[in-house]
Amino acid sequence: MTVRLLQATMLACAFALSGAAYAADPIKIGVLEDQSGDFAAATIGKVHAIELAAEEINAAGGIAGRPIELVVYDTQSDNNRYQEFMRRVLQRDKVDVVFAGFSSASREAYRPIVNQFDGLAFYNNQYEGGVCDANMIVTGAVPEQQFSTLIPWMMETYGKRVYTIAADYNFGQISAEWVRNIVKESGGEMVGEEFIPLGVSQFSQTIQNIQTAKPDFVVTLLVGAAQASYYEQAASANLGLPMASSVNVGQGYEHKRFTPPSLANMYVTTNYIEEVDTPASKAFLEKFHAKYPNEPYVNQEAANSYIAMNLYKQMVERAGGSTKRDDLRAELAKGDVCFDGPSGNVCLDPKSQHMSHTIFLAKVGDDHSISFPKVWENIKPYWLGDAGCDLTQADPDEQYTPSNPPTKQ
Amino acid sequence: MEFVTAIVSSAYQFGDAFAFLVLSACGLAVIFGMMGVINLAHGEFIMCGAYMTVFAVNWGLPLPLAIACGSLFAGLVGMVIERLIVRQLYSRPLDSILATWGVSLIASQGTLILFGPTMRGVGTPLGSFTVGALSFSYYRLVLMATALAVLALLYLVFTKTRFGVLARATIQAPHMANALGVDTSRIYAYTFGIGAALAGLTGGIYAPTMTMIPTMGTTFIMEAFVTVVVGGADVFLGTAPAAALLAVVKASLTSWQGQLAGQIGLLLAVIIVIRLLPKGITGFILKDRA
Repeated sequence: MTVRLLQATMLACAFALSGAAYAADPIKIGVLEDQSGDFAAATIGKVHAIELAAEEINAAGGIAGRPIELVVYDTQSDNNRYQEFMRRVLQRDKVDVVFAGFSSASREAYRPIVNQFDGLAFYNNQYEGGVCDANMIVTGAVPEQQFSTLIPWMMETYGKRVYTIAADYNFGQISAEWVRNIVKESGGEMVGEEFIPLGVSQFSQTIQNIQTAKPDFVVTLLVGAAQASYYEQAASANLGLPMASSVNVGQGYEHKRFTPPSLANMYVTTNYIEEVDTPASKAFLEKFHAKYPNEPYVNQEAANSYIAMNLYKQMVERAGGSTKRDDLRAELAKGDVCFDGPSGNVCLDPKSQHMSHTIFLAKVGDDHSISFPKVWENIKPYWLGDAGCDLTQADPDEQYTPSNPPTKQ
Repeated sequence: MEFVTAIVSSAYQFGDAFAFLVLSACGLAVIFGMMGVINLAHGEFIMCGAYMTVFAVNWGLPLPLAIACGSLFAGLVGMVIERLIVRQLYSRPLDSILATWGVSLIASQGTLILFGPTMRGVGTPLGSFTVGALSFSYYRLVLMATALAVLALLYLVFTKTRFGVLARATIQAPHMANALGVDTSRIYAYTFGIGAALAGLTGGIYAPTMTMIPTMGTTFIMEAFVTVVVGGADVFLGTAPAAALLAVVKASLTSWQGQLAGQIGLLLAVIIVIRLLPKGITGFILKDRA
């Protein structure tokens, strides 16, 4: 009898234990970011931000009681690696959600795979905009947030003659199209446009083409460490023109890496950089440095990755612990998935699954110190929705551009 | 004045492209031309020289000394790698390609782990000058002068010094040279060291104009291989004229249609030259003489 009782107790205990184990099953988050190669300088901080957020969330009891388990792969700034690892995290590791991608080329490389396996991916990078895909949530800033603010301000301040140099791939081409349109709408003139292949590091001729065209300011949409050599070379040739950008400083912290004054008079619209002087930003930076004392810079992508982790937690918890994409999107569709993060309050837009931002205009001084001549509060990612993308109604899995907008029904 | 500006500008752009091609390629050309080894770690020797230069500047050395330091260090590293790896593979040229590629992966990833994804550079010295409406960097003139000086120095070393004679003897008839008392393995080590030191010099002298990252060497690689392939095995008969030819193609196309056209032109030029002159410009000149 006693033996029976003991057996029954043990069985009950075993059940209870397995039940507990089930409840504490981790939520797996795939992290595909470039930790080596041309883009690593800008993206290692994203991985650190995700690790920081995961540590905080786990310490506070996890997501809906389940701990976060990160599955991290180094995509080596290589689009092929993105495809391999995206298949691996979705098929073999069976993660619940993926945080992936720096360059737009890499995002477009992995996006069809996310669609194929019907997964959910966060893209935490500023980019050229236009991705209308229910499998993607984008927390980075887009052109209507970065260019519709920056370019008119620059034209008012410095003049209407504009020269664009841009990296020659989808990001640079589409961003340049945005700049071109805004310059035209504001009554300015494009005096030149040049697309630079990725990996090019010698800019003598480009600098001279710019001087010959005599613009009032230069829009620099250069990507990767090799192309960043432009600033040093332009400064040593005494080009001396104001620069405007959506990617510099906020992403590649060039003002920390180069000797002053090569980046002087650079204006950048960014949704976060570590110099942002608010209590929330200061607190975030302090937490970041406590965990990673040697972090060279906390950029906007790091902040967006951190925000994305918290938005994901919120959506899962509001969906009653479900990690199913449709349950999360049902929460997102309510339009009140918001988070008070390092960059202020941000909300996800149901139509485009992009995020609203406070946009800071950062100016680099002669000594490479940062000042903020202007702040635009709560700029919504309106372009996709206005153009006709509504993910609550249909999921076209497309990337649209101003010259290739959604066909309206 | 317009006309003068245009002339100066074209000459400057040609010189700039020429300097980049010569300096990118010379280390690779010495190792390939003299030893027949295709060194895929060439870009990492360049990176090594650049990093050493920046460290030396940070320790307080003036830039020219720091560049010398970077070059010397890359040369020493080259000799160590020759001793440990390349020497074992002289009879297996294909395997040496694979081995040097492995060295390059280890070097760039090792640098990433040791020094992080990026490092602050040293800033370009010397300032600028203006001609007409255009302004130019003085430092770029230094790069051009260095390219010419490197070519002149290599010529003197390989034709006028005892080491040069022994090196060429070793290349032409290794067994005969050995039989006559030449320590051929030492000659190989020095030659590889010179190639690596030249790569280090390139890295050091370009370091102030570029972003310091572990993969910075790869931005030189395309130009380096293109120049060596077009030039053929001989540094003087090949690399110098090849660099001049390609510099004309690149500078004129870039000024006409931008960087993309320049890159395309460079690669098209290689395809055409290889189709017409399989042994590069060297082969063409030597055949002409015979």
